[in-house]
Amino acid sequence: MSGSVSSQRSGLVTAALIAPAAVFFFFLLILPLIVIIVYSFGERAPAGGYSPAFTFENYLNLPARGKAILNTLTLAPLATLLTAVAAYPIAYFLAVKADPRWRLALLVLVMAPFWTSQLLRYYAWILILGAKGIPSWLAVIGIPDLRIINTPWAVLIGAVYGFLPLMVPPIYVSLEKLDKRLLEASADLGATPWRSFLQVTLPMSLPGVATGSMLVFILLMGDYILPQFLGGGKVFFIGNALVDLFLQSRNWPFGAALSLSLCAIMFVAIFLYMRFVLRQSNLRQEAVV
Amino acid sequence: MKAMRLYVGFIYVFLYAPIALIIIYSFNSGRYAMDWQGFSTEWYGKALANPLIVEALVTSVIIAGVTALISSVIGTLAALGLQRVSGFWRNVFDGLIYIAIMVPSVVIGIATLVAFVTLFEVINPFVETVLAFRFQMGMWTVIAAHVLFNIAVVCLIVRARLAGMDRSLVEASEDLYATPLGTFRQVVLPLLLPGIIAGALLAFTFSFEDFVIAFFVAGSDITLPIYVYSSIRRGVTPEINAIGTIVLMTSFALLIIAQFIMRDRTRRRTSAGG
Repeated sequence: MSGSVSSQRSGLVTAALIAPAAVFFFFLLILPLIVIIVYSFGERAPAGGYSPAFTFENYLNLPARGKAILNTLTLAPLATLLTAVAAYPIAYFLAVKADPRWRLALLVLVMAPFWTSQLLRYYAWILILGAKGIPSWLAVIGIPDLRIINTPWAVLIGAVYGFLPLMVPPIYVSLEKLDKRLLEASADLGATPWRSFLQVTLPMSLPGVATGSMLVFILLMGDYILPQFLGGGKVFFIGNALVDLFLQSRNWPFGAALSLSLCAIMFVAIFLYMRFVLRQSNLRQEAVV
Repeated sequence: MKAMRLYVGFIYVFLYAPIALIIIYSFNSGRYAMDWQGFSTEWYGKALANPLIVEALVTSVIIAGVTALISSVIGTLAALGLQRVSGFWRNVFDGLIYIAIMVPSVVIGIATLVAFVTLFEVINPFVETVLAFRFQMGMWTVIAAHVLFNIAVVCLIVRARLAGMDRSLVEASEDLYATPLGTFRQVVLPLLLPGIIAGALLAFTFSFEDFVIAFFVAGSDITLPIYVYSSIRRGVTPEINAIGTIVLMTSFALLIIAQFIMRDRTRRRTSAGG
């Protein structure tokens, strides 16, 4: 009897602990997402906004923003790949080569820029890549009229700059966990350092690369400051189209459909990532057995 | 090896040159970016004398402070509660936490905007006749949207601390006839505190830096990132560099504090273990 009373009380305590978070999740996550789903089947009201309807028109119209979707789907994966390639040697240096005393400080130094103003850091790149920046220095050494700002290149440079701090830590963690005895074994068996790296280190660190790439890919897909600042309206992402649809042309139902498509693409990517990670860990278990 | 050191050095320059550029040009006496006219601190004076900037700064600090406070409390409570739940509801909550973190900010901003506008359209006629005022987008809607994301973040951080916590301490406290609340206050809370503070600092930083969500739901209120954004679009004056430098320094300081709190904790734990 007392047991059931106390378990009832403990249930109440649990409910009371979770309730505030549950209220926030319900009213600010579940409800808004339901509203967006409902709106995506509606029509644009004549003065902008939403008017109730049930139509698939908005989804069928997605190709109207095909350019933004295409840019996002090509530049986001490409930028993710470039960031991973740029980040790997840093992570490797920090995890394997760096002096252990400085390791943590150096890692924090890589991550710190991510936590400072994104707007200001991209603004600095507008200056660096703009007419008075790198192109004017290149003109001095005889390469005139190079335009970088407002091209896909500027967006790629900005992406590597913006997301390197996020890509390095997961790779670092996977490399640091690496059992050094495996490398010794590989060397004892006559493998060159380069071959040991390709056949032992690199495969073992792939989960870290996958995690970092996932994080960066998710954030890039939804980004709109980067393309707006460095792409200057010429290279735009789905995020820019969404800002336009909700704040300028006020076609909410179409915007709702587009934002749900963005989420759908992202969740497919996450699903593929999960499958990759699971398969990796299964493979490793089989290899051990 | 030498090539690698060179590359690593290059990357650190790559990461910090743009930040250095902003700091250096905040001391430029000229009006135009990338056009050095001499050293001056006048833009700091002008920025701090600009009522719009000061107001935006105050708004941002309030939003970030309230967000950090609410989300660290609610997030911690949720982490403690979730520890006691398993099965279906646990999975539902975990799913919501990951959705809150993974859905892009731009979609969160849009969804919150649309939901608030719809809600206000429904309740405002009623509220107006009864209480003679209207709900509007502003600081509070920004806080609400920020709290949602940061509850998820704090919850994950505190949960990680909880998982690493030594259960035997709690059992010892119970064996010594401490009440559950006493155990919580004297054993669990002090152990979780560094995690909670780190979570609160992260929440503050996120909220203070956020432009994307605030841009959608701030209504006519202006946060500092919104002010910075509109100045960059208008063509900036070095005022923004000055404000930017102050903001950059503040966030670096916060980061260093967070780092020290985390490291202090690990050191204490290792020394207790050894």
